[in-house]
Amino acid sequence: MRRLMSLRRSPAGGLSLPGQMLLYCALAAGALVMIMPFVWMASTACKPDVELNKIPVRWLPENPVCLGNLQQLYTTSPHFNRYMLNSALVTAGRTLGQLITCSLAAYGFARFRFPGRDVIFALCLGLLMVPFQAILIPEYMLIRKLGWLNTFRALIIPGTFSAFALFLLRQAFLQIPLEIEEAAIIDGANPLRVLWHITLPLSVPALAAFAVITVQAAWNDFLYPLVVSSTPDTRVVTIGIALLQGERRTPMNLLMMGSFLATLPMLALFVLLQRYFIAGISMGGVKR
Amino acid sequence: MRSALLQWLGPTPLSRRHALWGMALVAPNVLGLMFFFGIPVLMAFSTSFQRWNAITPPEFVGFANFRRLLADPNFHQAFLNTLKLLALVVPGEVVLALLVAVMLNQPLRARNLFRTAYFLPVVTSTVAASVVWTSIFQPRYGSLSNLLAPLGLGEVRWLVDPGLVLIPIAVVAIWQRIGFDMVLFLAGLQAIPAELYEAARIDGAGRWQRFRHVTLPLLSPTTFLVVVLAVINGFQIFDQVYIMTLRTVPGGVGGSATTLTYYLYRRAFTNSEFGYASAVALVLFAAILLVTVFQLRIQRFWVYYEAGET
Repeated sequence: MRRLMSLRRSPAGGLSLPGQMLLYCALAAGALVMIMPFVWMASTACKPDVELNKIPVRWLPENPVCLGNLQQLYTTSPHFNRYMLNSALVTAGRTLGQLITCSLAAYGFARFRFPGRDVIFALCLGLLMVPFQAILIPEYMLIRKLGWLNTFRALIIPGTFSAFALFLLRQAFLQIPLEIEEAAIIDGANPLRVLWHITLPLSVPALAAFAVITVQAAWNDFLYPLVVSSTPDTRVVTIGIALLQGERRTPMNLLMMGSFLATLPMLALFVLLQRYFIAGISMGGVKR
Repeated sequence: MRSALLQWLGPTPLSRRHALWGMALVAPNVLGLMFFFGIPVLMAFSTSFQRWNAITPPEFVGFANFRRLLADPNFHQAFLNTLKLLALVVPGEVVLALLVAVMLNQPLRARNLFRTAYFLPVVTSTVAASVVWTSIFQPRYGSLSNLLAPLGLGEVRWLVDPGLVLIPIAVVAIWQRIGFDMVLFLAGLQAIPAELYEAARIDGAGRWQRFRHVTLPLLSPTTFLVVVLAVINGFQIFDQVYIMTLRTVPGGVGGSATTLTYYLYRRAFTNSEFGYASAVALVLFAAILLVTVFQLRIQRFWVYYEAGET
């Protein structure tokens, strides 16, 4: 991870001045395309209705009405804040749950021998190969059978178990030299104390990287909540936006305002914890 | 009986204690995984042989769902759409991400700033991104038609025209994946020893030759990983289709934007044909598995591993 962050001398050799200019121009043009939708989102979110249908298109609002549109959004979608809160709850629940169940299990698989261990671990890894869409229907049937439709249980509890996190954390724990833990075990500490006082503190970068990836995936999850929740009190923000989009009368500026609000927490998180996002992806190579 | 159980756990009291601790630690996650994901995997097979509308009890129908798949033009269309989308998205994201990664691997000012810009879409929700891109692709008042206006294309109805609708969907998918692939490529690029470039230069290799004969072969394990993940991800495209066609005709005019995932979702949750939808899900799973296995088999023809690596 460190290496990714550090500026390194180019292996390809120095570029001539025109070459450098070309490189900067190409990179800047690409970056502009990547950023453009965010600019369009923020600018449209602040446009008054009359500016939405002007030709040529206004890139920036002439008379910005950001707060007015925000109020308008709450009139159109009165529970929007509730949806944001629900998303936050689901995200926090899943992330904390995964941190607990997966670090316990990862520690168990990394440091203990017991009958059937390798078979069980292989079974868990096998689940990684199954795309969620392939089990969407039986998952729905299971949740229905449990009577969990339209509950936070459905949105949170299955998401607290993860084969991916188990795999990543086990890898991280295996990196820690055994001798450090053994010293504590000889002193009579039980495995939970060793995990809590030694293994976890030594794995903070890996835990943080895994946590931001989990937070991001949980906040942005759409298909699963779409299937298991259909009432306003358990509705998450991605569904809230889809409802606004589905209502043809919703004007563009309010749609963009909603999208902006739903995007903001993840953008803020990313700006603050960028290196953990990058590390999480390089570590796993898989997003789940 | 009791002693057999003890023997199974371990030969000494200490080792048995150790084994019990291990089992207790893994139990919550393993049991949860098996209950919430393992059981559905098994159910996925059984429900695809049933007819079930979520109201009356399920009924065993043998291979009827699969026979119906073979004759269902909508399913064929969804399958074809998925392949077309893969053909757009996979090369698009891999080539662009490689290009960006190679450029960012140069000594640059503002390198982190650029990397942030390219990565930003990855953390954005696909739903919100699709809403924004829907607005960009709007026929008259969208920013894209405004940019393209000088070309004199007239009014292009990106999300309505059955021949075009997969393009905006692919654009959103590519836009959101470039940053992800780029990070993997950057990690791969930085692992290539600088001495190799030095040696190639001394041998008189130009910039393109160094890229072609040093960078590409040494990066191929990373490229392989990126391609495999891109294909798996491409098969699962759903949010973009759902959101971007919601305001016009869900699933695209005449099903022109319907992918396999979207098709199984609609069959199950709009038409209440859960058994039939499960058969579609099984085909999706089989297709992903087959393509991935195929890629693993052919990797030896193009992926270069240094001795000792596997």
